Amino acid sequence: MSERYDPAEERLGWLLCTPAVLAMLLVTAYPILYAIWLSLFRYDLRFPDERAFVGLANYASVLTSEVWWQSLASTLVITIGSVTLELVLGMLFALVMHRVFFLRRTVRASILIPYAIITVVAALAWKFAFDPVTGFVNPWLGLELAWFGERWSAFVVIILTEVWKTTPFMALLLLAGLTLVPQDLLDAARVDGANAVQRFFRITLPLMRRALLVALLFRTLDAFRIFDTVFVQTRGAQGTETVSIVGYHALVTRLNLGLGSAVSVLIFLCVILIAVLFVKVLGAGPAAEEGR
Amino acid sequence: MSARGLLETLFWRAGTFVIVVYALLPVAWIVSLSLKPAGDLNDNRFLPRRISLEHYRAILDDAQFPAALWNSVGIAVIATVLSVLLAMFAAYAIVRLRFRGRDLVLAAALSIAMFPPIAVIGPLFNLWRGIGLYDTWLGLILPYMTFTLPLAIWTLSAFFREIPWDLDKAARVDGATPLQAFRYVIAPLAAPGVFTAAILVFIFAWNDFLFAAALTSTNDARTVPAAIAFFTGSSRFELPTGSIAAASVVVTVPVALVVLLFQQRIVAGLTAGAVKG
Repeated sequence: MSERYDPAEERLGWLLCTPAVLAMLLVTAYPILYAIWLSLFRYDLRFPDERAFVGLANYASVLTSEVWWQSLASTLVITIGSVTLELVLGMLFALVMHRVFFLRRTVRASILIPYAIITVVAALAWKFAFDPVTGFVNPWLGLELAWFGERWSAFVVIILTEVWKTTPFMALLLLAGLTLVPQDLLDAARVDGANAVQRFFRITLPLMRRALLVALLFRTLDAFRIFDTVFVQTRGAQGTETVSIVGYHALVTRLNLGLGSAVSVLIFLCVILIAVLFVKVLGAGPAAEEGR
Repeated sequence: MSARGLLETLFWRAGTFVIVVYALLPVAWIVSLSLKPAGDLNDNRFLPRRISLEHYRAILDDAQFPAALWNSVGIAVIATVLSVLLAMFAAYAIVRLRFRGRDLVLAAALSIAMFPPIAVIGPLFNLWRGIGLYDTWLGLILPYMTFTLPLAIWTLSAFFREIPWDLDKAARVDGATPLQAFRYVIAPLAAPGVFTAAILVFIFAWNDFLFAAALTSTNDARTVPAAIAFFTGSSRFELPTGSIAAASVVVTVPVALVVLLFQQRIVAGLTAGAVKG
């Protein structure tokens, strides 16, 4: 294909894109390279004089520590738990919003509320709701449970908070996908005797495959980076520390830039791995790019 | 209507009701909590028995919260303006011009959308302390601007693709100057998209906690999410529940109103790219 480019047009194109590209490179590409560099040093801001090149020793100590593997497990539990629930709930919401004409605007407006609320605020609201001292959840359920006192129940609240906050986004993406399913096809299937469940699983779902995978990819990566909710609700107590919390504590609380950077780089690699897996499933790479 | 049809309608309407309750329950709860007098905070009731504005008075009299509110509004607004401005240039080029590397810009934006912010916290923390950006507005504006650029570029490109740019030529033929053609024809067509992108970017910056927690330490630049998360009450060992609830309501209500007002545009903006795929 012999595409011809007009030099003046090309120059203008580059001129217009340069500020955005420069900003993105400066605040992400440069720091990540710097993080890789820092991760090769013993570098603790409390003892700056002891800075020394240690090769991959920081990675060795992270990868052999129980804290890292437990936090990775916690992160995966939260990610898989919340994304699965969101997918099911988001699909149900999308189906309702697609079908209902009654109060349509009210529903679409109210579903945006969780999206617009600050995550820290949502996390605190749910924390107070489940708290045995202030909350209404225990009396409503007839329980006397210290929800944040144990690992599994703390996970329940964390996942619930995440699901509440992000299902609307999932539902709206899926709703956009639903509107692309041709109604004629569904009507024809109905005439041919397919019931609602068959129509959903045999027609709607396959036609929504791409919208579904794109929504899943973005939500999975987002959930994997979870920080705010866990920090506010448990500060990582009861073994609920996620990888982002471990990185934050190493970097900001303990000022250990070497070790913390190693954690950061490992998280970065995990994210790339997840993205690559999804893009493989999605099939063509360019399709994924269009998808956002 | 047949019995079956009636049942089906009822089913979907019940679904609608469930969604509305789902979305509003925690909001109603935090409002209720903020209105309970201090003595009733621990009564485990969903609705307040008595109503008091004492927590609102307390947070507004305190130095911390008004400062955080000012920081949040200022930082989020400046970051939004900058991000949308840069994204407008880039999106215009991507939609209207043919140049090598166009896909590269989109790919870069996509990879940054997936980038884990924790990975740059350490380097930024170190750099900002070195060059005096730690605990300043600019120190937060820069990361917010960058991390929202992908969202802004994507949303704006999707909207700009729908604009009938040839109208511009038609106006020129009719005798309008290039500036007039832009001002009276193109700008009004582009405005809704720009506005939508701005709301989405603002919500992102307004919501952030990680950068605010790591890169600020005092009232000089600490934003609302960080201030609320680190609120200290009269006693160090107790969360000041009432103050937190009141502060939460103050920062939630204005944004919720904007979102409700521009509901349709926001939905279009959030899903703009996804439908194209």
